[in-house]
Amino acid sequence: MSVYREIARNGVWKQNAILAQLLGLCPLLAVSTNFVNAVSLGLATILVMAMSNLALSSLRAFIPYEIRIPIFILIIAALVTVVDLAFNAWLHDLYLVLGIFIPLIVTNCIVLARVEAFAAKNAVGASAFDGAMMGVGFVWVIGLLGAARELVGQGTLFSGIEMIVPSLQGWQVLPADYPGFLLAILPPGAFILLGCLIALRNWIDARANQRLAQRRAEAFAGT
Amino acid sequence: MDLDALRGKLAYQPLLLGVVGLSASAALALANTATRDAIAAAEVRDMQQSLAQVLPGGFADNDLLADVVELEGPRGVPVRVHLAKRGGRVAGAVFQVAEKGYSGDITLLMAVDRDGAVLGVRVLKHTETPGLGDKIEVAKSPWITGFDGRALGDPAPERWAVKKDGGIYDQFAGATITPRAVVKAVRGGLQFFAGHRGEITG
Repeated sequence: MSVYREIARNGVWKQNAILAQLLGLCPLLAVSTNFVNAVSLGLATILVMAMSNLALSSLRAFIPYEIRIPIFILIIAALVTVVDLAFNAWLHDLYLVLGIFIPLIVTNCIVLARVEAFAAKNAVGASAFDGAMMGVGFVWVIGLLGAARELVGQGTLFSGIEMIVPSLQGWQVLPADYPGFLLAILPPGAFILLGCLIALRNWIDARANQRLAQRRAEAFAGT
Repeated sequence: MDLDALRGKLAYQPLLLGVVGLSASAALALANTATRDAIAAAEVRDMQQSLAQVLPGGFADNDLLADVVELEGPRGVPVRVHLAKRGGRVAGAVFQVAEKGYSGDITLLMAVDRDGAVLGVRVLKHTETPGLGDKIEVAKSPWITGFDGRALGDPAPERWAVKKDGGIYDQFAGATITPRAVVKAVRGGLQFFAGHRGEITG
């Protein structure tokens, strides 16, 4: 069980696709203008990553090293297209908003990176779980970024939720006459906020390491 | 047979690629079949909603999605014109126009009555700056309804522009290019209608 725990820790924090590896920035910056869009694309990415890791891990015995990349891409592209069709058919309004970014999941390097680095070498269950956890790491960061940009930029949260759950409504957090802060919505705002998130992560990690070192030193002194 | 020995064979790689390609195509064909009807239905619903926004209620009594003529548009691309009929007589036409905005094309759906006056204009798709250029959406600002009732001669041709260019239409604070593009697109649409009026009204 500790294997799965390690996978989860890697995906969500230690090797977080965005905060630690800085992969998949294009969709991250483009779609995180509000929370609902961000999380929707994130969920689609989880789905694709879990499925591609599952599929390629179960085929790994048959795939020769020399032609692995075309096979990986072929299968990932097919899976993404299936997800794209499903969104178009059953979540049509959301599909219109996310537009080109669903097919572009193919080019999200997190997907290929996890297939290459993990699924090609590990058992099926662990691989599917790794894909899902890397996806979760992507979702919480893009969701946080989306919420922050939406709140600062427009003063709302969850706007557009009616595209997924028709009975719900977006939430006007700040007064309705809030003029908005354009920078947060534009790409530079995404870069600035992302930078802050990365700094925060590094700070938390540095502090944890420092504490660990201190505790070790104390334990050493005690012996 | 031993898988390792098999993998060493020259024919193995192309065959494997072929099999994977075929399976991927099969998966796509399956997914396409499973979603085709739902996608078509969603697109029809979309189109109906847009049509209902640009045409006044009860304006037409025919099925606009079925009554379509294709005409040559301004850039040589065919334009699908939906005919709005009342009692069998063409009372108006609905079609799409597009113009380059600040970032990418702005696609509009516009309805024009028999005499060439605008019945309604709505933005179908755009990628303008949120908070600035997106005031062309009716959900954000009523600006786009300012075209209702306008025609090629009303206002005069040189006044078919934003105020900054000497016209009658408001621009937005911080965004002139977007409304300028929309005005140009609507004017282009009216010119297109005028050029094909005979074919459209029959």
